[in-house]
Amino acid sequence: MNIHEYQAKELFDRFQVPSPRGAVASTPEEAAAAARQFSGAKLVIKAQVHAGGRGKGHFKNGFQGGVHLIESPEQASEYAVKMLNETLVTVQTGESGKLVSKVMIAEAVDITHEYYLAILMDRATCRPVIVVSTEGGMSIEDVAHNSPEKIVRQFVHPLLGLQAYEVRKLTAALNLSGDIAKQFAKLLANLYKLFISCDCSMLEINPLVTTPDGRVLALDAKFGFDDNALYRHPDIVAMRDKTEEDPREVAASEFDLNYIGLDGNIACLVNGAGLAMATMDIIKHFGGDPANFLDVGGGASKEQVTAAFKIILSDPNVKGILINIFGGIMDCNIIAEGVIAAAKETGLPIPLVVRLEGNNVELGKATLAASGLNIVTADDMADGAKKIVAAVS
Amino acid sequence: MSILIDENTKVLIQGITGSFGARHAALSLAYGTRVVAGVTPGKGGQKFENTVPIFNTVGQAVNETGATASAIFVPPPFAADAILEAADAGIELIVCITEGIPVMDMMRVKEALRGSNSRLLGPNCPGIVTPGRGEKSRGGCRIGIAPGYIHKRGNVGVVSRSGTLTYEAVFQLTQLGYGQSTCVGIGGDPINGTNHLEVLEMFNNDPETEAIIMIGEIGGNAEVDAARWAMKNCRKPIAGFIAGATAPPGRRMGHAGAIVGGEEDTAQAKKRILAECGIAVSETPSDMAKTLLECWGK
Repeated sequence: MNIHEYQAKELFDRFQVPSPRGAVASTPEEAAAAARQFSGAKLVIKAQVHAGGRGKGHFKNGFQGGVHLIESPEQASEYAVKMLNETLVTVQTGESGKLVSKVMIAEAVDITHEYYLAILMDRATCRPVIVVSTEGGMSIEDVAHNSPEKIVRQFVHPLLGLQAYEVRKLTAALNLSGDIAKQFAKLLANLYKLFISCDCSMLEINPLVTTPDGRVLALDAKFGFDDNALYRHPDIVAMRDKTEEDPREVAASEFDLNYIGLDGNIACLVNGAGLAMATMDIIKHFGGDPANFLDVGGGASKEQVTAAFKIILSDPNVKGILINIFGGIMDCNIIAEGVIAAAKETGLPIPLVVRLEGNNVELGKATLAASGLNIVTADDMADGAKKIVAAVS
Repeated sequence: MSILIDENTKVLIQGITGSFGARHAALSLAYGTRVVAGVTPGKGGQKFENTVPIFNTVGQAVNETGATASAIFVPPPFAADAILEAADAGIELIVCITEGIPVMDMMRVKEALRGSNSRLLGPNCPGIVTPGRGEKSRGGCRIGIAPGYIHKRGNVGVVSRSGTLTYEAVFQLTQLGYGQSTCVGIGGDPINGTNHLEVLEMFNNDPETEAIIMIGEIGGNAEVDAARWAMKNCRKPIAGFIAGATAPPGRRMGHAGAIVGGEEDTAQAKKRILAECGIAVSETPSDMAKTLLECWGK
């Protein structure tokens, strides 16, 4: 789950992680009011979408740029009119762009130096790792590639939490001293609290900046949350903006289906995440192109299969469907009945290949054959993949 | 021999009265597994299917029945506590089936288990099966949710992060007439109790295991670590498969752990390293057993 820039600022404020002053606005009037609130400071107006590349983007109404310097409350209002309820296209949004429903008015800070600061959950050591670099404001992958010695890592004990000496080591690694070092130490301690308290999987500040007036500020932040922990964070769940997500993925999540849309033309419907990935792979192996990842989980009820069919068929690129179910415990005949019911309810405008294996498979295959529907059965995964690739080409 | 469990292993089930736990407890009993106790707080004194005693705590269940292995079927918010309770009671093998446990919970559990005598399998795993010698492999030990009947007792060890891909490999082996010593699901989460390398080590030391199938996926470096260890230490033929070659980077493919973070944890990179380490890499998931038999000289 992703959050907007203004929501990240809300979390920073709550955990006392200093960031540039700012406020969110949904109307031109609110934008002007926000600009008045911070009068005296240099201000920017920023379109709130999840995608990056906003500054260089363009609106479909012809207005250029999703980030602008503003000089007055009037100008804030004027720009808000051009941005709000308009569609912003950036390098990351794709052609269709993203609808802007909020803008943020924020202080434009002068920068003395840019740093990099992130906290991640490290899989290899099973503990949080803090990553810092004096080379902020650029892609950390580039820093890792060009000057790996400039990246410093500090692992944190899962039960003891962040220790003062660990903060001192990182402060020293960034060559910070005096009041700036004190501010950084406090910011880092609060950021670590935020990371743990909100069940983050990743928290990246790039850049973290020092300013000529002696402040340390988190300028731009990227949050990742652990989906498994969202049940205990209703406040973070409330930050979810479904308009930013693929509508097919939103629809799938309502039926407990795990769906990820891709660019190909062969849809697949599989039970189990590993098998679902492997099914995509084998379609590709035999020359096809998968249209999605779809894991129906262990159950694969008629309702789920029907919902899955509707989502699959809503993708205009899809030219064929491969169902691959290993019904170890589940009765394959019940799955077959579910597939037939779903096919009948949605109509079956495109080829469907079904590979069923497992419990009561003979009856399941017989049920499919007797349905009178145009369903091709397959003996194993390879056979199923070959048949669906042949059917769409 | 087998690894971790055999037909004599006494198993208890935490969460035996929930619908998921009850269903699989019944299937394990039917398979011939020695399910000796259930644990559901507040339901102590009752019996599951009129035979298996239910206790309020794991400690009581262990004292009364001598169970040494536990299967955990409790919902995600209570799963970390259930694992710690099992370890506290001295359970040797804790198999956590539960999917959806917060990573922070597992981080703390993992640290708390360091140095203890308990081994954790999972979470988010199908469990572990040592097939029996009876009809449809009955009489074996099945802890978790795998379909017992697809197995056959034999000499291939199987280790995997994915449930359904494990079934796929086991089914292929059994169809070709080759049985399994033990099949281990280590789970699809980013932090798990036991990794590929540790299971390979156990298979390498198990006289009954003659060949190994290792199934992995995108994300993390567990398969790569295991492969590098195997190149130096493993005396037995290994076939491998890595799922997720077509997965887009940065997306979580169902399993919380199945996400490509960098160049090293793509399927392509893992397959290349596995091959360099002498593992026979199966090109498609349909050929896992066939690939093993070829490198095993069968």
